[in-house]
Formats: sequence, structure tokens, C-alpha cells
Amino acid sequence: MALATDSGASAAVSQKAPRWNQKNLAPWLFLAPGMFMFTVYVLWPIVESITLSFYDWNGLYNRDGEFTGRFVGMANYRELLIDPAFETSLWNNLKWLVLYMLALPLGLFIAIFLNQTVRGIRIYKSLFFFPFVISQVVVGLIFAWFYAPNFGLLYLLIEWLAGKGVAILADPDLVTYGIIAAGLWPQIAYVMILYLTGLNNVSPDQIEAARLDGAKGWKMLWYVVLPQLRPATFIAVIVTVIGALRSFDLVSIMTSGGPFGSSRVLSYYMFEMALGEFGFRMGYGAAIAVVLFAIMMIFISGFIWKMWRDETER
Amino acid sequence: MKLLKTALLGTVAAAVMAGAAFAQDKRVVTWNADYDPIPLAAAEALIADFEAANPDIDIQLTNFDHEAYKNAIRNFLTADAPDLANWYAANRMRPFVEAGLFADISDVWAANGLTEALASSVPSSTIDGKQYAIPYTYYQWGIYYNRDAYAAAGVEVPAADATVDWPTFLANCEKFKAAGIDCVTTGSSALWPVAGIFDYLSLRTNGYQFHADLAAGKISWTSPEARAVFAEFAKLQPFVTANHAAIDWQDAAAIFVQDKAAHYVMGNFAVGVFKEGGMTNDNLGFMMFPEITAGIARAEEAPTDTIHLTSGAKNPEDAKKFLAYMASAEAQSKWNAAVGQLPTNKNATVDPADPFLSEGFQTLSTATGGIAQFWDRDADAEYAKAGMEGFQRFLVQPEALEEILAQLEATRLRLYPQ
Repeated sequence: MALATDSGASAAVSQKAPRWNQKNLAPWLFLAPGMFMFTVYVLWPIVESITLSFYDWNGLYNRDGEFTGRFVGMANYRELLIDPAFETSLWNNLKWLVLYMLALPLGLFIAIFLNQTVRGIRIYKSLFFFPFVISQVVVGLIFAWFYAPNFGLLYLLIEWLAGKGVAILADPDLVTYGIIAAGLWPQIAYVMILYLTGLNNVSPDQIEAARLDGAKGWKMLWYVVLPQLRPATFIAVIVTVIGALRSFDLVSIMTSGGPFGSSRVLSYYMFEMALGEFGFRMGYGAAIAVVLFAIMMIFISGFIWKMWRDETER
Repeated sequence: MKLLKTALLGTVAAAVMAGAAFAQDKRVVTWNADYDPIPLAAAEALIADFEAANPDIDIQLTNFDHEAYKNAIRNFLTADAPDLANWYAANRMRPFVEAGLFADISDVWAANGLTEALASSVPSSTIDGKQYAIPYTYYQWGIYYNRDAYAAAGVEVPAADATVDWPTFLANCEKFKAAGIDCVTTGSSALWPVAGIFDYLSLRTNGYQFHADLAAGKISWTSPEARAVFAEFAKLQPFVTANHAAIDWQDAAAIFVQDKAAHYVMGNFAVGVFKEGGMTNDNLGFMMFPEITAGIARAEEAPTDTIHLTSGAKNPEDAKKFLAYMASAEAQSKWNAAVGQLPTNKNATVDPADPFLSEGFQTLSTATGGIAQFWDRDADAEYAKAGMEGFQRFLVQPEALEEILAQLEATRLRLYPQ
């Protein structure tokens, strides 16, 4: 400012004006709507949730529109530490994370299996892709009926084989695995389609060259095909990790977290506490959301770091 | 542009004037409710009667989906309050009362002599000595039994008036089990059906006051009285349908209707489902839950539905008039006859042709021990949920009793620091 007055107002204007030309203004203009949306719908809610997690609040404003919450500091987090339901949810989330990764090898296997030119292959591909197209709610219902005691297909099958049926969704030890199996069905289809597009880009020259050098089977897959599929694998890992962490709909549809809370995951527990019929503990729900966010952040920062490295190396 | 603006303003002005003209005609009372089709039709019939008697008042009912209502009420009470809103009695209305969103209507109670006419519902409508609700319907809980299943297992059907005692009931269960029939069925995937069983065991073992104190967090889960309830629960546990945790109460109703189960501890609303499944008054029976500890005054469960005046009501005077009407014997007889539930007004009448309603009315009006709302309405929401998970777990894993009690006790001490 001092400089501007020294050199004369008119000169400063004529020198500074070109700084806001089309070239450097345009990117900001294009970014503005996105940044606005991101701030309002992502950043602001994150800040709100973190703030809320320090309060004890039942979600009600009084007649004058005043917030009725009470500041409790870290009390919500201290309670999380000794809450057995939170511990169950955390373990179940871990099971989801680990077992959901099965979607990768299985999806790759199906993709390789379907990556051939046979008559009508497009139909087979779309049939395999079908589970990903139908809604998760429908997937949940189908599997709930599949497992249902007394009339479910799987229940009857087990009863026929073993003499005594197993009601998977009533068994606290099996229920989470039952839901994960339901979740894997569409997830495998998703990963498969990612790999199918990836396989289209595998260079035929390299396959040819490898074949001349005598590579085949596992070696061909491991040393020649898979390295070329790295971008597809990267995306597949991201969508699978995120899919596992936000597994909410299937739990809600198939068991509502039951029996006695043994199939809860963090996202469902958060919903139960904040918005469920017996919940309306907004602060506690927010604290669970913050923990889930922190776990997701570990993965997200990993992915961003890797993308950043790939970009800068190029 | 200017033309458009003028046109818009004109339309708005016209709409406002039309609205004003309409409002001058009649004084509007808005009412938000969450009725299924049959209760909705019954409520509309009541509105028609009321409007005929009060031609200058217009009751506008906005109906919500039952599940959506539970969330919607939290928003509309603060944002855009109607004059009247449906909700539930006892602890369920407490958060709204404490946030000052439901208005005190003790004057309506006093002016219409309701403490007398609605005597059985005074405790559940009162918080800190003031009334906040008009209870207009409730329904009894009890044991529904299947006479065909009794015949199939060769067990003697309980006589019409005689009550079965607890050892006989359990002995009958042995016979049902031998015949491959579930003695008691339930579907607990939504948790609350098991609370019905637990509540009755607790009411019959220790009485009403114990139930109320337990729900209020005043009694330790490891106390001998609480253990006694679980001891009775353990006797019943082997006879309850396996895999109940994976099915809804309607799925269990199918088991009951198909003669694969003999008893169902349920509320009277289930009769409609049983009858849709093909049961009739000939093979469906109702009995009170058997006495367990001799000499305890019999208490029953009867969850009550209520209407409330909101604090943000724009027309409280006329709304109170309608509330008084909903409390009247005439209105309650009519609404409950259409819906198949019981009126809370003791001067109201019940259809004598419906055996379940007459028996229910009889059961409740002779319950000297008290009327419990239901575990999830008597207890605080969070405490209720923890309790129901414990009950369900005990039915699945009775061997984990100590762990369940320890966990419930930890929850209690956290929610109600001693």
C-alpha cells in the first residue's frame, strides 16, 4: 500500500490492472463453483460434526430456536473407549475391510475369464455386471431371504445336507460374515468391470513377447499382465476400501445391527445413536462419525500421497 | 422484466388475499398425525362430527408415514408447529416436554373432569404434576393362543374364565415341545417383542412398582429381584422359537397361524394379522399372562397413544376444544370401535361382539396392580434399547447371563449415576 502511494496512484492502477487478466482469473472462476460446493457440503459439515462431538444434545431446539445442547468436552470420546457396542462396531469394520478385499482377486479372476471373444460374450459380461446395477437395498433383501430360517434357500440347503438349518442372521458369530458375503456380490462385479476395461489396455505386443520367451500361466499373469493393470488395481482398492468403510445399507436392511448389536458397523452405530428410534444423542453420534472420519483419513491420505507421487514423477 | 415482477406480485397478493378470505370463513386448527389407513379414516370421521358440531372451526389433518413421523416431529415442532400433534405417553413425550415444545394442558383436564374419566392414564400423561397429553386409545398385551396347536399336541385348552398358573403353563410347554410345536413364538429382529415377554415376567414376579423402578434405573440388574425375573425367563427360554432373532414379528405370526406355535405374547393389534392369516374366533384365544409370584396385584401392559397441544400452536383455544372432544367417551367409543382398540375413557363402550376387545377391556379394568406402558416407553430411549438387546441376547445365549447383567448394570450406572 505504501509503495502504491509512493509511485503515484495512476501508475499503480495501470501496473496492477493486468495482473487480473483472463489467463490467471479463469482457473479461479472455473474452480469457484466447485470450491463453494466443497466448502458448504464437505468442509463445513466436517467442522460442524467435530464441534458437535463435544456436546451432549438430543437434536431439539427449544421454542425460541435456541440450541439446547450442553458442552461436555471429551466426555463422548471417553465413553466411546468403554462402550462395548463401539468396540464390536470397530471389530466388525475391520472384518469388513479385510474380507472385502476378496473382491479384488475374485473380480480379477472373473474379468480374465470373461476377457475372450466368444459369441454372445457381451451378454455374459452384462449378466456378471448385473448385481452392481441393482440397488444395495435389493441385494440386502435378496440375501436376507436367502438366509431366512424355515424358508430361505441356503437354510433349506444346509438343513438338507447337515440335518439342522443354520439361521445365519440370528447367529451373533456368523451374522457379519453373512452380510459381508452379500456385500461382496455387487462389489466383485464392480471390480470385474474395472479390470475388464483395464485388460482392454494391456498391450498385445508385450504378451506376444512374453509368450515367445516362454512365459505362461501364473508367471504371465504376475509379471506381465498384473503390472500393466496397476491403474485398475489402484482404483479397485480405493473403491473397495471406501465401500467397506461405509457399509451401512446392507446392515440396516438385513439385520438393523442385530442380533443384539453383533452386526453393527461404525456407520450404522453412528446412525443409531444420532438418528435411530432410541438414539437422538447427536453429540455421541458425531463423536463416532469423527472416529470413522479419522479412519477414512488414514486411507484417503495414503491414496492422495500416492497419486501426488505418481503425478510429480511423471 | 418489470412486467414479470408486477405479474408475480399480483399473483402473490391474490393468493394472500384468498388465504385471508378463507381464514375469515373458519378458524383453522392444524393437526399432524401418523395414521395407517383404517385409523386415518376413523380420525376423519371424528373430524367430520366435530366440525358439524362446531361449524366455525376447520380441522386440517396432515397425515405422515408412521416411520417418517418419528423424525419429522422433531423438525416440525420447532420449525413450523401445527396446533396438535400425535405422540406417545410416558417417557416418550418427556424430551418434547422438557424442551418446552408440548404445551401444558392441565386446564383441559380440569375443565372436563378428565382425571376422573381417564383415571387409568393419569400417571402416563403427567410430568411434574402437569398434564401434557390427551390419551385416546390403548390396547392390551397378553398371550394369544392357538386352539388347533393345543389339539395337535393333545394339551387341554385353558377354560374360558380360569387362569393357567405358571407351573402348568411350563408343563404344557414340555408337551408342546414333545409334539414339535413351539410353545411360545416371537420374532425379535426389531427387539421390542422380547421386551413384552420380559415385562410380563417382571410384572408377575415382582409387580408393577418393580417394573417402574427398573425402567427408571433405580434397581440394580444384579439385585436378587432382577435375577429372579431372569430365572423365570430361563425356564421359558428353551420353549421359545429358535432363530427368533432373525425374523420379524409378522414372520412369527405366520408360524403361529400355521399351528407350528401355540402361544404368542403380543399386543392386540396382532389379532388383525392372525385373522388375515386365516384364524378365526374359534381357534384363536386370549389369556392373561399366568401368575408367577402368588399374591402380587396383577398389572398389565397397555401402551397408550396420545395427542398433544404444541407450544407453537397458532390457535390453541380451538385446539383445546378439539382435545376435549377427543377425550370424550363418545369420540373414543367411535374411534376405537373403528380401529379395534380400547378407549381410555372409562365411560366409553366397547363392541361386545369382539371377544378380544371385551376380554382386553375386562383385563385392563380389573388390573389392580397398575398399567405399564411398555418397556420402551417406560424407560428412557437409550436405556430401553440397551435393555432390549440384553433380553434378546439372553433368549439366544442364556449361558451369558452374568455378562449380560454386568453390561446392563454398567449402562445403568452410566445413565443414572448413583
